[in-house]
Amino acid sequence: MTKQTQTAVKKPTEVEENAGVAIEITGMNKWFGDFHVLRDIDLKVMKGERIVIAGPSGSGKSTLIRCINRLEEHQQGHIIVDGTELTSDIKKIDEVRREVGMVFQHFNLFPHLSILENCTLAPIWVRGVPKAEAEETAMHYLERVKIPEQALKYPGQLSGGQQQRVAIARSLCMNPQIMLFDEPTSALDPEMIKEVLDVMVSLAEDGMTMLVVTHEMGFARQVANQVVFMDQGQIVEQNNPEDFFNNPQHARTQEFLSQILH
Amino acid sequence: MAKNNLAYVRTEIVPESPAPDLSKGIIGWVKNNLFSSISNSIMTIVGAMFLMWVLPPIYGFLFGNAVWPGEGVTVEDCRAKGAGACWAYIDDRMTFFIYGFFPKDAYWVTQEGLIASIMTYWRVNLVFAVGTLLLVPLMWPDLKYKLLNSILFFVVYPVFVFFMLTGGVFGLEEVPTVKWGGLTVTLIIGLVGIVVSLPLGIVLALGRQSKMPIIKTFCIMFIEVWRAVPLITVLFMASVMLPLFMPVGMTIDKLLRALVGVSLFSAAYMAEVVRGGLQALPKGQSEAAASLGLNYWKSMGFIILPQALKHVIPGIVNSFIALFKDTSLVAIVGIFDLLRATQVANLNLDWASSNQAITGYVFAAAIFWAFCFGMSRYSIMMEHRLDTGHKN
Repeated sequence: MTKQTQTAVKKPTEVEENAGVAIEITGMNKWFGDFHVLRDIDLKVMKGERIVIAGPSGSGKSTLIRCINRLEEHQQGHIIVDGTELTSDIKKIDEVRREVGMVFQHFNLFPHLSILENCTLAPIWVRGVPKAEAEETAMHYLERVKIPEQALKYPGQLSGGQQQRVAIARSLCMNPQIMLFDEPTSALDPEMIKEVLDVMVSLAEDGMTMLVVTHEMGFARQVANQVVFMDQGQIVEQNNPEDFFNNPQHARTQEFLSQILH
Repeated sequence: MAKNNLAYVRTEIVPESPAPDLSKGIIGWVKNNLFSSISNSIMTIVGAMFLMWVLPPIYGFLFGNAVWPGEGVTVEDCRAKGAGACWAYIDDRMTFFIYGFFPKDAYWVTQEGLIASIMTYWRVNLVFAVGTLLLVPLMWPDLKYKLLNSILFFVVYPVFVFFMLTGGVFGLEEVPTVKWGGLTVTLIIGLVGIVVSLPLGIVLALGRQSKMPIIKTFCIMFIEVWRAVPLITVLFMASVMLPLFMPVGMTIDKLLRALVGVSLFSAAYMAEVVRGGLQALPKGQSEAAASLGLNYWKSMGFIILPQALKHVIPGIVNSFIALFKDTSLVAIVGIFDLLRATQVANLNLDWASSNQAITGYVFAAAIFWAFCFGMSRYSIMMEHRLDTGHKN
């Protein structure tokens, strides 16, 4: 079965115009204590690719993308993000984090800062952008996620969907090369899921490199170049969305899809 | 529309209406809070009777029968039968309560009038005035120039206070700290303790959560040692034992030793309060900060500490209040704070009367209460101000 996974990795995807490698993970292993949470992960993401990572809960999807900006530390193997290898070197880690945006399940906006301040804090203090320019950029992205009128409010005054859109805008303000989404719609009311997905679709249309952990299979079909299916800490199957959904190979994938696509 | 059809479509919005009258106004409040049940009604009546029993005598002592300062009021009035609090005595000794044995200005002490009485202790009064002028705008949230204000208050002002009170330069008479006393000393110890213990406590709390073993161990040891020792023991050790370890002929000022002792002692408590706030923050906050590229110090300074400290304002102010009251313990090692000044003044034979000591202690208690109550109200105001409506 591992052989099959290997071939799946090399399966050609849509060729991007000026493709380069955005993320390369080779032979990566991670343990939480004695628990082997990620096993032998190999994953290559080209610039402009949209990867959806699916799988049952506890399969290590979130842990995998959290390793990419080193919110989690891996113990074996290599992770190279935009040409920089992640090691315990804090300078390198901060360098990678500046270029990699992340959107969390629970938004994690800063409740003591206004929406605008949430968006300008990192550009001002990490990138050294002048305040006026940072605010201009922030308003641009807030308009893009369609909530410029909320700029002076605080996160606690916004709905879940609005908060998640602010979280996306906050990440975009750092002008990242890669965006990670960790179950961005899982904590939202059903009525608000679409507004967040719409923003993500428009990001994908603009050619952003995206890794998305999600249970929204409709989104995966619509925007993903590749779907990665994980189970028990391993990549079990990887394919383009059409073949992944219509013709799953691995027994576990078939079972999973039959459970969620009624 | 068929009446018994289950399908239902609302055609109009129910308008908002005011709450029923019984739950509003004075009558509603009294009914809800004082007479909501039989047992509550009984407690209300018993409580009211208790107050009627204790309040009149207290009022009589403090105000009704009290001897107020004025023309021709002497100690004989306080000695009269049925006399209440001897406020005339407090008025007469007021400068002692505030300044202790701080030397009077040689010129102004010979003059008459209000200005002269202020100028008699102009060095201390100037310290008070400048401190107030710097502290009020610092605590006033809407005013600008906070950075300049902070530098002036936390850096320049202590130096100013030191030279102003100690003297020995610019032609000022030198005043050793043993002559400082009264409210002045209480405020100095309280303020220094507060200003030093909060930042030090924050550093210790961060250190205790550090991943670096040496820093972590040091912080834990520091906190646990200071917390496990009573403040009185700390003060005794500072004043009695420390000199034994010093080289012959070398002394450290007694007040300075007490200041260090009180500050470090409260810093250990403050560290635990701050740690509580740090632990209450969800991990997502520091992860979000990290994912934006903020390093440890920026993440702490902009994201974690502002929220953590806001959460523990009640605990911080609790420590401040405890610290301010604990300053009275320095009396034990012979530092002349407000309480010690009161004790000494109470022994004064010029005003010897049965109520002299009680009046003195009531006065000292009232001063402590005023400062602590002020801190408490200020902290409540800040809590409301900083509340952005999001309990994360």
